[in-house]
Amino acid sequence: MEKILSVSGLRKDYAGVAAVDGIAFDVAPGEIVGLLGPNGAGKTTTINMILGVLEPSAGSIAVRAGARTNFAAVYAPLPGNLTVAENLRIFGLIYGVADLSARIAELLKEYELERFRDAKAGLLSSGEQTRLCLAKAMLNEPQLLLLDEPTASLDPAIAREIRAKIKSFVARGASGVLWTSHNMREVEEVCDRVLFLARGKILLEGDPRVLPASHGKKTLEDLFVAVAREPLTL
Amino acid sequence: MSPRRLFAVVLRQFYLIRGSVSRVLPLFAWVTVDMALWGFLTRYLNKVSAAGLDFVATMLGAVLLWDFFMRVMQGVTMAFFEDVWSRNFLNFFASPLTLWEYLGGLVASSVATSSVGLVAMLLLASIGFGLSFLVYGALLAPFLMILFVFGIALGIMACALVLRLGPASEWFVWPIPALIAPFAGVFYPVATLPLWMRAVSRVLPPAYVFECMRAISSGAAAPRPSVLAGAVLALAYLALAGWIFEKTYRYAVRTGLIARYSAESVT
Repeated sequence: MEKILSVSGLRKDYAGVAAVDGIAFDVAPGEIVGLLGPNGAGKTTTINMILGVLEPSAGSIAVRAGARTNFAAVYAPLPGNLTVAENLRIFGLIYGVADLSARIAELLKEYELERFRDAKAGLLSSGEQTRLCLAKAMLNEPQLLLLDEPTASLDPAIAREIRAKIKSFVARGASGVLWTSHNMREVEEVCDRVLFLARGKILLEGDPRVLPASHGKKTLEDLFVAVAREPLTL
Repeated sequence: MSPRRLFAVVLRQFYLIRGSVSRVLPLFAWVTVDMALWGFLTRYLNKVSAAGLDFVATMLGAVLLWDFFMRVMQGVTMAFFEDVWSRNFLNFFASPLTLWEYLGGLVASSVATSSVGLVAMLLLASIGFGLSFLVYGALLAPFLMILFVFGIALGIMACALVLRLGPASEWFVWPIPALIAPFAGVFYPVATLPLWMRAVSRVLPPAYVFECMRAISSGAAAPRPSVLAGAVLALAYLALAGWIFEKTYRYAVRTGLIARYSAESVT
């Protein structure tokens, strides 16, 4: 099946220092790919380049022609001076969502935001704001969904529900997700494949459930720590 | 260009204004105060002056058009600042919204907000102080258009400046009309200025508008070539503004400024 996203030789330099250093990967429909790595590894830089808000220094990013894309990131809250419903309407118009009112009603229910419909987004708790960002990200039922720490502010119960929703959305087979997280249990639960990024390079790639053992580590978290602290020992 | 996406930018502005007294009042409050202040001043000048000039027609009319120009410019910059203040660039520019749809939305927002101010000014100036623009005839339309286009152009250039230098550079934007006013001959003929200032006036579209207004008010024939020169200049500024904003945006995307705008600089 044609990939939703193909990244090849992607590089971004800042003042001669590589933040992302020639990475290559694909995301297929029906697949959740985890982009893991310590702070400053280049995860957000990679996502920003895929989103088109940061120009690569080299390499290529190919999103399948006509594919619907959307994103949610912990550092990109929706305008706090608009209500939940207003935000969804504005971004629904921008993303060209058909039958927008019905879709907004559906998402408000799905993300348990109905009672906040007319509340300013800035007055919501961080968890509620995260749910709003996810609702916005799902407005156009994206075929490529980029999630940068999507459950960072959520309590465990809501986080589990959100993971289940996204997994079931991807299970329909039309969409692929690139997911960054520092929660290794979450990654094991949702990701079909992970890419370990450190100092701008992909050091490891594979199934998060078998990767630790194949590198002599007990858990994915142990492997993460090893990648973050001693990438050259792997 | 998608009208739906452009409409979304305007709708965002409407939602913000609808729910906020601090955004509604400035649409007409300051221009109303300005009209009252200049209305009484020109009425007084008519009374004490032996020159036989109608200050209401010349000065109050000029103040009204100058205020309109400022409202147009600020209509663009205020809509842009809403995205600066709410750190919304990433959400907008990572979406299908194009740069030109975004700018189109800012301009359309400015049309709506500056129209409110214009209507408020026209009502107060005509009902309160007897100002009539009928004396300018059909030329009033090009006068308004030149000031509108130049206001949009300066607004877009100001947005580019803030995009390039970061949120704190907002301070640079507010004094722009005050810096231009002495050269534009709003209150006095350009001939009053020293030669070097007149040279600057020649490249400012509002100077042509206000010179024409004064000529018509004093009974002279309408200097149509001057109106045309003002219009051509205003359009040239608009094209330049679009080019500058596009270049600034490309720079911001290349350096990562869009994604990390609150950092103000990536160097």
